[in-house]
Parts: sequence; structure tokens; C-alpha cells
Amino acid sequence: MNGRFTWFNTTSLTVGFVFLYLPILLLVLFSFNESRLVTVWAGFSTKWYVELFKDKAFLDAALVTFRVALLSATVATILGTLAAVVMVRAGRFKGRTLFSGMIYAPLVMPEVITGLSLLLLFVAMGVSRGFWTITLAHITFSMCYAAVVVSSRLVTFDTSLEEAATDLGCTPFQAFLKVTLPIMAPAIISAWLLSFTLSLDDLVIASFTSGPGATTLPMKIYSQVRLGVTPKINALSTILIGIVTIGVLVASYLTRRSEARRKVDELLAES
Amino acid sequence: MNISPAKKPSTKFLPWEDPKQEPLVRFGNVTKRFGSFTAIDNVSLDIYEKEFFALLGPSGCGKTTMMRMLAGFETPSEGTISLGDDDIGSVPPYKRPVNMMFQSYALFPHMSVEANVAFGLKQDKWPKNLIKERVEEMLSLVQLEQFAKRKPHQLSGGQRQRVALARSLAKKPKLLLLDEPLGALDKKLREQTQFELMDIQEKLGMTFVIVTHDQEEAMTVASRIAVMDHGKIIQVATPEVIYEYPNCRYVADFIGDVNVIEGRLNSRTDSGIKLSWAEGQNDISISNNTERSADENACFAIRPEKVHVTHEEPLDADNRIQGEIHDIAYTGNLSTYYVKLSNGIIFKAQESNRRRLANREFTWEDKVWLSWRNTAGILLD
Amino acid sequence: MDRKFGRFLLIGLPYFWLLVLFLVPFGIVFKISLSDVAIAIPPYTPTFDLSAGWEGLKSLISGLDFENYIWLTEDDIYWKSYLSSLRIAGISTILTLLVGYPLAYSMAKAPSEWRPTLLMLIILPFWTSFLIRVYAWIGILKTEGLLNQLLMFVGVVDEPLQILNTDTAVYIGIVYSYLPFMVLPLYSALEKLDGSLLEAAQDLGCTSIEAFWKVTFPLSMPGVIAGSFLVFIPAIGEFVIPDLLGGSDTKMIGKTLWAEFFSNRDWPVASAVAVLLLLLLIIPIVLFQNQQERAQEAEK
Repeated sequence: MNGRFTWFNTTSLTVGFVFLYLPILLLVLFSFNESRLVTVWAGFSTKWYVELFKDKAFLDAALVTFRVALLSATVATILGTLAAVVMVRAGRFKGRTLFSGMIYAPLVMPEVITGLSLLLLFVAMGVSRGFWTITLAHITFSMCYAAVVVSSRLVTFDTSLEEAATDLGCTPFQAFLKVTLPIMAPAIISAWLLSFTLSLDDLVIASFTSGPGATTLPMKIYSQVRLGVTPKINALSTILIGIVTIGVLVASYLTRRSEARRKVDELLAES
Repeated sequence: MNISPAKKPSTKFLPWEDPKQEPLVRFGNVTKRFGSFTAIDNVSLDIYEKEFFALLGPSGCGKTTMMRMLAGFETPSEGTISLGDDDIGSVPPYKRPVNMMFQSYALFPHMSVEANVAFGLKQDKWPKNLIKERVEEMLSLVQLEQFAKRKPHQLSGGQRQRVALARSLAKKPKLLLLDEPLGALDKKLREQTQFELMDIQEKLGMTFVIVTHDQEEAMTVASRIAVMDHGKIIQVATPEVIYEYPNCRYVADFIGDVNVIEGRLNSRTDSGIKLSWAEGQNDISISNNTERSADENACFAIRPEKVHVTHEEPLDADNRIQGEIHDIAYTGNLSTYYVKLSNGIIFKAQESNRRRLANREFTWEDKVWLSWRNTAGILLD
Repeated sequence: MDRKFGRFLLIGLPYFWLLVLFLVPFGIVFKISLSDVAIAIPPYTPTFDLSAGWEGLKSLISGLDFENYIWLTEDDIYWKSYLSSLRIAGISTILTLLVGYPLAYSMAKAPSEWRPTLLMLIILPFWTSFLIRVYAWIGILKTEGLLNQLLMFVGVVDEPLQILNTDTAVYIGIVYSYLPFMVLPLYSALEKLDGSLLEAAQDLGCTSIEAFWKVTFPLSMPGVIAGSFLVFIPAIGEFVIPDLLGGSDTKMIGKTLWAEFFSNRDWPVASAVAVLLLLLLIIPIVLFQNQQERAQEAEK
């Protein structure tokens, strides 16, 4: 049944999306404010962007954040994919329940607890904290998200494709490389993107596990916000929001275009 | 594609009747268990070279497990499976000269038609030019040359089915397994494809094993059929024998339609044996199954199309019973009459509708006579 | 042999990683929650001395006690933060449901060519930084902020309301941040709904409002439950929202833990708070899992 826009639907959609987007739009708007205040409009200016790029502390934090995110997303995707294969395909083995418990637990664990426990581990091991400890921490919780994303696709994967590959002469490992992985690629890419944004976003766990040498962007933003609201943060937020929005829009445009092409192909094939 | 009219009867192909012939595939007392469930129960079976062999049965009867053991996806719990002189019971699928066409076709969605067909050849490290040649040969066999560059989702169901066939044939397997190969096609296309499959099998001189639950499909394509139930093979024979001489009620019931009458055998005459089945009714005389002795309980089975319906009593018929038409199922080419006998049994009789509907001679509640020759039916346990 | 080794590696690698970086840390948290605070590095005693071996372990165990847990029950700030976390999470969940349901319903009833776009609009904020989205509300809710300017301009209030640094601000923050978690399960439950069911209900004499309460709402219950848990569970342990939007009297357990750790540097008490928070979360998590399993069973 195809729906319609009734007055009720239109109203609640409008109210809902205004609620979701208005704060973000205001945030972006006031990043171009001439004044120091983020609540009173005093004319258009890009001076806060200029100031932001002059602030070396922010640039350093951004660099650290991107390096952590790139590295942790990549390792987390690899480990998460392995974990997904284990959960969906490995059958029974000793400690399976514990394994899936450890995959799902971090998803519902409050970040303060994850952060605290990792910090205590690093202290107990006598590791000096900084870039590497943040990265290890991010890998650990991102890999669980990655495992869930990949396994939800792997569950619906048609195993007869792998059987066909072994039937045609592939060992199970070759079949996984030549058939399973390429077909799973979209799920693996979205797992990577999710891990990347999770790492980019994280404040709590990074605060616990970082040391004096390494400050991430969220940590920097947080400490600034505690001191007071400044348009510089608005400017930084606008840049981050812009990057994410463009990324998501491009990704969804690409998937939709390929889906549309697919539909046309299928229609042509049947005619 | 040319449709050849069934198999040519001129060249008799009956290797299973020749004691000197060695079977290509031999199941020796094979049992397969999944946990406590026995999927295959002590089955022995021979399949000969160039046969088109059908494993037929309802879902869960074990036919798919038989095929998966041939492909190597399952290993038997007990017994041996040999291919030629080799015991292949525990050889992994990628080392067997056996290929399979999957029910879902299992075409690799990220590869073109060409790459799908070439997949197995590349895996076997064929030289490039030979691969190219073989792929072209296979695609022309299934008439898909112009679709070589397409991806599977750009093909219709029938075309996908043919790519799957080409891919599984490309490696020249000693044995080709077909798992419900036509299940996803609509009826018209399925019938046409059945003949194409038979043509290809004959042209290539290969051994095909097909798994199906569709008895018509099995009857059409197969040289022999194994009817399975609950992990056992009930009967292995040519389609004609399966249909005309089923060895038990299960097979008779599963293949086609049948009337079954229970009774007791009595007097033996020169022309056969008689079955008494109801008070006040004539005994049924049967001239087949004469090895059965008198004073035994038995079932008489007869196909509806072998029973004639008439208004007048056919005095020259070997067997005749009176009844009343209870229902008529008109299916265009045929009419099936459900005739109620005096003891309440419903007996099916089929007549082909040579005349137009308006001129049909029988209608509901007509008193009619059913008659058949004494060679038309058989006795079962 | 080769395949067995491959399998061992496949299972072993992620398993080992999670054991070392997820399970072992919990053991440590639990152990430290039984220790005493000390002015040392690390700031707790006793510490485990590997070289002392078995004797060391024995003396370690004898040094542990439940003192910190007793302390937690005696000082009312802790159990007040637990209760207040539950209350704030509960109220926010209900508010999120009230905001999310009409939104999800309208999305599910929108023309089908619009639905992917609407769905993307719901998911998009989820990809943008949580911290930034919370930050955006500070400028709006401040005493001299945009909301107060608007209210005073319209004439609803004469002097600015104190919204920032109150529980109200925390509710708004949680509703705003977790709205996608509520809308997505609701939407997928409502979108599956067969339109002919509503037509059947109306055919049998329901008005469309009655049909909603008797057919649509009961059938969307799995979505309601899933969405509520998805908001409630993370809201309990939330730190950023109460810290940035809440006031000094907004007590939430995540915030208390943070303060105990970073400000008071009392690691053993912070660990004890963490252990109790975990115990508090187990109940809703187990309930949620049971509900999910039942929903999956029902789909089969």
C-alpha cells in the first residue's frame, strides 16, 4: 500500500525534522558570526575559521584523531570480520558463549566503564599512555560494532556460492578470498566507516586511555566547551559536520544509483 | 533450440542389464547420520556411464544428501562411494572430477557470465587461450554467446539457469549433478528446458544425476529413476517400469494417480488370479503378478486412465463395476470422473476429451459402468 | 593439520584480543574495587607483585575487602545517583517515545519513494559527532540563549528561564541524541504492517483512530519495546549529556564515576561504582535480549 502525506503526517515530519536539524543549522549559522557571542547575530564573518586554522593545538588534535581513527578502523575491521566469520561459520567450539558475550557486551557497556577498565589495565601493565593506548582501546570497542555489521550480512550470505566455488576447484580458503570477500565488500566497507566515525567521535574512552602527550579532537572540544562557548568550536563543528554530510550523501547517492541501475537491468533481463 | 522428440528407441541403452558393464558410480551400503537423525539408511546403488539418472522423492527423503555426498559436501558415516576405480568417500569437493549445478544456480554476482564459466578452468590453471576457447564453446552450447559480458543480475531466470549449466559443464566432469535444476523456472520454460538438458546430455555423452521432487520431470528426462523415501531407495527402474510396475503402494501413489482396492486373493484360473473385494461384487481378475498364491491379502492398483467409463454394461470387458458419478474434474484435455461404488469407495477414471464440452456424454449422478482389461492393473502387497 | 591451525588462528586472534582487552580489564576493575585507596602510583593498595608468586597472591587476597561497597551504601550521594540515573533515563525514554512515535509513524505512512530519503535524514545526525550535537544545545538553552530570546520576543515569559544546567536540559539532550535509536525500530515495525489489516478493522466497524489503537499500536509493540531499551540502556550510563547540559545537582552515575576518578582520584571507589553500575544494567539488558529472542522466534 502506498502512503500519502496527510496533514498529520506532514506536521509530525516537519516538527520532527526541525527538532533534529534546527540545532545543527543554528550551530553552523553562528560559526559565521562576527561577534564572540554564539547567540546574538552581528554580521557575517569567516574570522573564526581563520583563527581555528591558526590554532596549532586544534590542528595537532585533529592529526592525532585522524591517525587514531584510520589505524583503529582498519585493524578493528579486520578483527571484526574475523570475529563475524567465527560467530556465523565456526560452529561449536569451546568458549563460544563467552566469545559472543564479549562481542555483544561492549555495545551496551557504558563508555565510562569501558574507559575505566582499559585505563586500569594499562596502569597495571605499566604501559605509558598516549596514542597507542587510545588506538588499542578504539580497536577493542569498534571491532565489536564491525563484527555485528559484518555478521548481519554474513548470516544471509548464500553458502551455495562458496560450495559452488569449492565444487569448481577452490579450497575453502580460496573460496573465501575469491567469492565471499568480494561479495561481502559493501558490508566490510560500512563496518570500516562505522568504526572510523566511532573513533572520531569518542570522548569518554579517549579521555580515560590517553596520556599527557596525546589529545584527540573531542577531548580538545570538550575542554574548550567547559570553559565556555566560542564560535571557534562552531567553526570546527561546521567543518566536521560538512565532511560527514558530504560523505554520507555521496555514499547514499552511489548506492542508490547502483540500485536503480540494477532495477533497470533486471527489468530489461526479464523482457 | 530444436526440441527432439524424447529419446530415440532405436538404440537400446540398457547398461544396467548387462552384467559385464562396470558402474561409474557405486554406493556401497552407505549410511549418513546427522547427529541422531539418519538421513541415508544403508543404501546401495549403481549408476552407469552416460546415464541420465534421477533421484526422486518428497522433500526430506534423503535425495539431496545423496547428491551432496557425490559432490563431496558431505562424507558418508558408513559405507563407500566409488567413482570409477577410486573411493571418493572422503575426497574434498575441490579434488573431485564431479561438478554440480546448484538449485539457486549460485552464480557469482560479482563476475560476468564469461568469468563465471571460466572460474573452474582458471582454478585448474588451464592456459589462457584454451580457457577462452572452452568458454566460447560452452556459451554457444547454451546459446548465450551474446551475453558473455553481462553480470548475472542482468539475465532472466532461464538465462541464469543456462549459465549455471555451462559453468558446471566447462570442466568436463565425469559426473554432472543437477540439484532441482528447473525448480525456479515457470512451467512452459521448464518443459522446454527439460528437452534441452536431454539434448545436451546426449550430445556430450556425459553422465547426469538429477535430484528432483517433480515426478513428471524425472519421467521425462531420466533413463532410470530411483524413488526414495525416509533415507531408503524404494525402487530403481526405468520410467516405464516405475509407472506400470511399481513395486509397492508408496511408489504407485507417488508417481501419477492410482486407484487401490484392498481384498483377498482366491481361485487361480488359467488366465490369472482373482481378487474378491466386496460383498455382491464381481471378483477382479488379474493376469499379471501370477506368482502370487491364493488366500493372501493383497491390493489391486490401477491407473485411472486405464479405466473406461460407459453408460451401457460392456459385456465383453474382463472386469466391470457399476457406480454413480460423484464428481467430475475437467482439466481441458482430460476429464477425471470420481465414481462412487456400492460400498462407498471412490474410483477414479480418466477419459480424454476428444469432443467439445457441449457434447460430453456424462454428468453428475449418472449411473455408469467402469471396465478394464485384466492386464491393466497390478497386485501390490 | 593445516586447516586445524587456520581454524585455531581464526578463532584465536579475535578471542585473545577480547580476552586481554575486554575481560581481563573487568577482572582488574573488580579487584581494585576491593582495594584501598593510597597515595602512590598506582593510587591503590595492595598491588599484585608478580615476583612474589603464590605468596604474593595470598597476601593480595587478604588485603581485599568490601569496604568500598559499604562506603557506597553509607554515603547517600551514590545511591542517589543510581536512582536519579534510573529516573532520568526512564523519563527521557518516555519522552523519546512520545516524540519518536509520530515521526516513525508518519515516515512509515509516507509515499514509498520518499521513505529512503526520510530514513537517511533520520540516520544522518547519527553519523555526526555526538559531542557536537550536545554542544549545539548549549547555545540554544543558555539563559541568554536562542530559546529564551524567542520566548521573550513572543512574550511567553518576561524574564529568561533557567533551562541549561537543569534536568530539563538533560531530558532534551537525551531525547535529541537518542531519537534515531527510537525511530528506527519503530519505523521498521510500522513499515512491515500490512495496510489491509487497517482496512479490515475499518470494514468491521472501527474508526481510523480506534483502528490505530486496536491494530497498529499493538502490532508496533516490538518496535516500541526495542526502541525503549535502546534509549534506556545507554542513557543510564550517559556522561557527556548530564555533564554539559545538566547542573551541579543533576546526579547521574556516569558523571559520579568520572568525578570520583578524575577529581577525587579515588580509583577503588570509582571501580566499585562501575561494578554496581554494571549490575544495575544487567537487568534491562537481559530483559531486552529475551524480548529480541522472542521477537525472532515469532518471525520464524
